[in-house]
Amino acid sequence: MEGLTLSEAEQRYYCDLFSYCDTESTKKVASNGRVLELFRAAQLPNDVVMQIMELCGATRLGYFGRSQFYIALKLVAVAQSGLPLRVESLNTVKDLPLPRFVVSKNEQESRHTALYSSDADNPASYSGVIPPPPGRIQVKKGSVSHDAVQQRTSTDQQESTSPVVSPQQSPPTSPHTWRKHNRHPSGGNNERPLAGPGPFWAPFSEAQPGSSTSSDPIWSGHSPPPHQENWDQTTVRTVASATTTNEIRRQSSSYDDPWKITDEQRQYYVNQFKTIQPDLNGFIPGSAAKEFFTKSKLPILELSHIWELSDFDKDGALTLDEFCAAFHLVVARKNGYDLPEKLPESLMPKLIDLEDSTVIPVISEVGEQTGEVGYSSSPAEAPPSKSPSMPSLNQTWPELNQSSEQWETFSERSSSSQTLTQFDSNIAPADPDTAIVHPVPIRMTPSKIHMQEMELKRTGSDHANPTSPLLVKPPDLPEENKMSSSVKFTAGNTVTDGYSSSDSYTSDPEQIGSTVTRQRSHSGTSPDNTAPPPPPPRPHPSHSRSSSLDMNRSFSVTPGQQQAGVVAYPPAVPPRPQPSQGAGPHVHRPVDAEGLIAHTSTSPQQIPEQPNFADFSQFEAFAVSGVNKEEDDEIETHSEVLQVEKPSDSASSLRVAKADGRVEDKAPANVPTSAGKGTTPLAPPPKPIRRRLKSEDELKPEAEEHTQKTGVIAAVLASQPSIPRSVGKDKKAIQASIRRNKETNTVLARLNSELQQQLKDVLEERISLEVQLEQLRPFSHL
Amino acid sequence: VPVSVICSPPQNYPLYIRSVPTENELKFHYTVHTSLDVVDEKISAMGKALVDQRELYLGLLYPTEDYKVYGYVTNSKVKFVMVVDSSNTALRDNEIRSMFRKLHNSYTDIMCNPFYNPGDCIHSRAFDNMVNSMMMQVC
Repeated sequence: MEGLTLSEAEQRYYCDLFSYCDTESTKKVASNGRVLELFRAAQLPNDVVMQIMELCGATRLGYFGRSQFYIALKLVAVAQSGLPLRVESLNTVKDLPLPRFVVSKNEQESRHTALYSSDADNPASYSGVIPPPPGRIQVKKGSVSHDAVQQRTSTDQQESTSPVVSPQQSPPTSPHTWRKHNRHPSGGNNERPLAGPGPFWAPFSEAQPGSSTSSDPIWSGHSPPPHQENWDQTTVRTVASATTTNEIRRQSSSYDDPWKITDEQRQYYVNQFKTIQPDLNGFIPGSAAKEFFTKSKLPILELSHIWELSDFDKDGALTLDEFCAAFHLVVARKNGYDLPEKLPESLMPKLIDLEDSTVIPVISEVGEQTGEVGYSSSPAEAPPSKSPSMPSLNQTWPELNQSSEQWETFSERSSSSQTLTQFDSNIAPADPDTAIVHPVPIRMTPSKIHMQEMELKRTGSDHANPTSPLLVKPPDLPEENKMSSSVKFTAGNTVTDGYSSSDSYTSDPEQIGSTVTRQRSHSGTSPDNTAPPPPPPRPHPSHSRSSSLDMNRSFSVTPGQQQAGVVAYPPAVPPRPQPSQGAGPHVHRPVDAEGLIAHTSTSPQQIPEQPNFADFSQFEAFAVSGVNKEEDDEIETHSEVLQVEKPSDSASSLRVAKADGRVEDKAPANVPTSAGKGTTPLAPPPKPIRRRLKSEDELKPEAEEHTQKTGVIAAVLASQPSIPRSVGKDKKAIQASIRRNKETNTVLARLNSELQQQLKDVLEERISLEVQLEQLRPFSHL
Repeated sequence: VPVSVICSPPQNYPLYIRSVPTENELKFHYTVHTSLDVVDEKISAMGKALVDQRELYLGLLYPTEDYKVYGYVTNSKVKFVMVVDSSNTALRDNEIRSMFRKLHNSYTDIMCNPFYNPGDCIHSRAFDNMVNSMMMQVC
């Protein structure tokens, strides 16, 4: 930038303004926020301001250095004079009037005006932003404007609520009032000679007498000063900066956002927050906040509304941001501004940098919505996280998304902020007839909420909701693990020879993957279940051989039936498949049962028992045809059918059987089948033997209380273990078994869906029966 | 058309009642109040299953005009009753449940507000908006 020559008055004036903008006392850089406020106060259109910023080089630099600032001010003056903005005009235009920054008026409540007048009476302190009467000005003679600004700020903070509130009168200036006043200054400016600091006050002096609505003794205080030509320059500068701050703040606020919190305000709010809660990252509990805000003497209804607006995460406590927003709303309300229906943008939490705007912000739409802070969707329909729909906001909310993580940044509670505020359901009313027990919201993590939801769904036996069964309980997760391993076992087992076992093994993980995926997809609707489902196990090249399956896990839940099945079979004949097969159905059962709603009642279980059983047989027959398997000598009634099948089919059919689902009822049915399957010759003798031994070992320590589902999984796993181990790396065999297993997979999937449909039907039956029952019941009480 | 929604504490006075088609509102008020008795009965009949959150009401079908009354009880014995037009067959059970859940959530939000005394009538604008949107959505 070329050298800038300033007249003495300009020099001083610019220095003043720079000091005003130099909020960080760097003496080198003017705070962007202040500068922008200043520019807005200059009443220039936005594009002109942008142009000025470009010309002065601030856009290039990203900040306003002193020279940039001076240049900018000069350009403002140029623009205000109506001259085109040119770099050359900086030095060529002579007798350029000082840039004018208009202050806005607003309706001040008498309380505040009284406050100001009281401040004005105080000669010693610079309290408030009002420039003191002439007498005080002389007191301030020689003070550095820079210090004055800071002093003013500090004194502001020392005061009680009401004085500090007064500066905030500026922000919520009603635009029309402001404009009305603007006319006066501009008229006044044109007439007055702008020879010195006087012109700066011209707006006020002109506005004051002309303003009919101006009820501010504050500004009337300005009137005498402007007329005094014999001010000390420094004091004028002081006053100028003091007033400028207030005016410009008003201007800027009224320009872009009546709800914007200024620095002073924010600082004050933070201090108040500290008095209640020393930890700035902590919360103010609702009761404390209630007491605090009740002091403001607003009606409870309005306070209630303010609370609703500002408690963004609906947890009954206020973070620092929420507190500031609430405080600001209280202030605004006290000044006569109506409460918005929804939280204005600038008050939304996570507004940490209120004045750091490197670019002049587009005039934000006041009242732009935070969206329904309430629950826009029920947890059943949407993720449990309560996610207010965020329309386009000027501030970027990078974390905002539909998931519960969106609040993580601004509050450690945020993870639950989006989630339902759950009540501690353990609070049972001591006396059921007493009044409402005040619910205690408990902070829920999304997973916990989801679990609760799942509980709700489960208890409601909401058969229409397919997600609940899958995510019914944490045992699902260990079951998944078991399942994965069991499926691996199954895969191993299904192979008739060593090679095919590996194939089937590889295909089973796909089954697992599908099941897991199914679970995952459901869990997608409710993120962050207690633990993410394990990733579908992908078969490693070594998997086919290595028994990476956790035998312990697989057999951890062998129910008594399995052991019975195992025991039932004499170890003589290739018993290998037996335990595995025996485990198979059980393993399968839990796997498929996971896709079904967990019903605890036995009656419905009985009902589908028969038809499912029939399906089972059908499926078995179907499955038999597909795969070639070894046949076992020993065959039980059921086992005959099963044993005919290839191990892979047996595994799949076991899964089908399991899908029929009421585990206890299935157990007896499955035991024979499993036993039968157990006898199906699978791998070469050594492997099965190993398997049997292992399965037996595994099964024996089994606690009977383990669900049969997991037991079935374990059984399936047991049936597969040794085969994969012993299987060679014959790729072709592997691929063949992969293909086979894929076929089995699809078949099973089909069967699964059929069974699920059956289940749904059964559940509906059950519900209708229950409804009938309940309908009959009330009459019994009459 | 969910014609009215009411939530009431155990003392059975309404904290909040809202009807959408405002004609015949009184009749719906009456219906809702009478259904509170039936809800009470169900609660007492439940006995041990105190935690049962959801209640589905398919009873109370008046012969003259069909509409269904659904009930919902929270843990703190606050009852929500919703009267829905039977002609609106598109309303499935799940939707009713979700509506009740929304109501419950909004109610808990109100409870979180320290300025709200339990037992006061509900004047929250947010709650009103939610109920209105819900009813509009069903209409």
